[in-house]
Amino acid sequence: MSVHTPEQLAQEERRYLQVFFWLALLTALEIGVIYVPGLPTFAIGLVLVVLAATKAALVALFFMHLALERRTLTYIALTPAILCVLLVFALLPDLGAITRALTHAERPAAAEAHD
Amino acid sequence: MSQAAVAEHDLGIEPAESPLTPESWGKLGMWVFLAADAMSFGGLLAGYGALRYGDPTWPIPSKVLGIQLTALMTFLLICSSVTMVEALASIRHGNRAGLVKFLVLTIMGGMTFLGLQAFEWTKLIFNEGQSVSRDNFGATFFILTGFHGCHVFGGVTYLSAILGRAVRGRMGAIIMGPVAALATLALIALTSHWTSGFVAVLGALVAGGLVYLVANLISAPTGAYSAHQNSEVEIAALYWHFVDLIWILVFTFVYLIGPRS
Repeated sequence: MSVHTPEQLAQEERRYLQVFFWLALLTALEIGVIYVPGLPTFAIGLVLVVLAATKAALVALFFMHLALERRTLTYIALTPAILCVLLVFALLPDLGAITRALTHAERPAAAEAHD
Repeated sequence: MSQAAVAEHDLGIEPAESPLTPESWGKLGMWVFLAADAMSFGGLLAGYGALRYGDPTWPIPSKVLGIQLTALMTFLLICSSVTMVEALASIRHGNRAGLVKFLVLTIMGGMTFLGLQAFEWTKLIFNEGQSVSRDNFGATFFILTGFHGCHVFGGVTYLSAILGRAVRGRMGAIIMGPVAALATLALIALTSHWTSGFVAVLGALVAGGLVYLVANLISAPTGAYSAHQNSEVEIAALYWHFVDLIWILVFTFVYLIGPRS
């Protein structure tokens, strides 16, 4: 990142436009995917997460120049991503807590109606 | 302190060597800040997911939220990221006029985004009856998008200060930051008052034009940046791209993922 010859700069600018094209295309795909009939919700969610991760990686690698930086900066950038994945796993036992709470709250009323 | 270090200190130049980023300690500092900030967003998104999962009362995003409008906002932020890299490329070519032009376009992109977000929020609050205290959906939606909106607002102010520094040095930064912040707040207030996407876009054009006008008025023959000294622009660009990156994730998780009916 320290030396920028005119050729390097021209090449970088071409790459920026290519990345812009891909980001726009992936965004259009994201919008399109949610309107595809017949696809299960889980599959749509999976496709959307993959598309979003790809877009985020494109921004980080090329617009934020991580692809050209020293590896140490990549480690700094990856640290929160890894911690966030761990956080999601830590929260797994709490998933559905709202549903369980609602079910428990409704059970006595339903039982009462049954009686 | 060695003579070279004293000379660097006197000139206000950062020490050249760092084990992580040879160009600038500031860039390393920004990356560490962004990593910490990413954890804030990660925590909010994870909390959002935990509350939303399996909740039968959670509204269907595509029915409550305007997907087309937010898709446009996403596209706007992507465009503003491109203008930001073009601004950096311009100053690396030594083209100060290009830097100013692309910085103003980036600022206008951020302002338009905020105007459209104000429009979306006003519609949700006054037409749909949503609020931060109504339910978990409202709480997580407004906190997440509001936190991101604050980052965009900070980014617009930050980039305007960089623009001011590019045209008039330190005094330019002191003038341009508050000018852009006030113009953006006026834009948000006007959009919320009229509840109009058109006002948001028109207001952003006017506010961006005002920023450009003030920048030209205070412009001096020598600015702070050149082809060889532009690390502050690069650091500001890092922040702006991060804001774009986070929105890409927020857009997917909050607006797109979910059942269709």
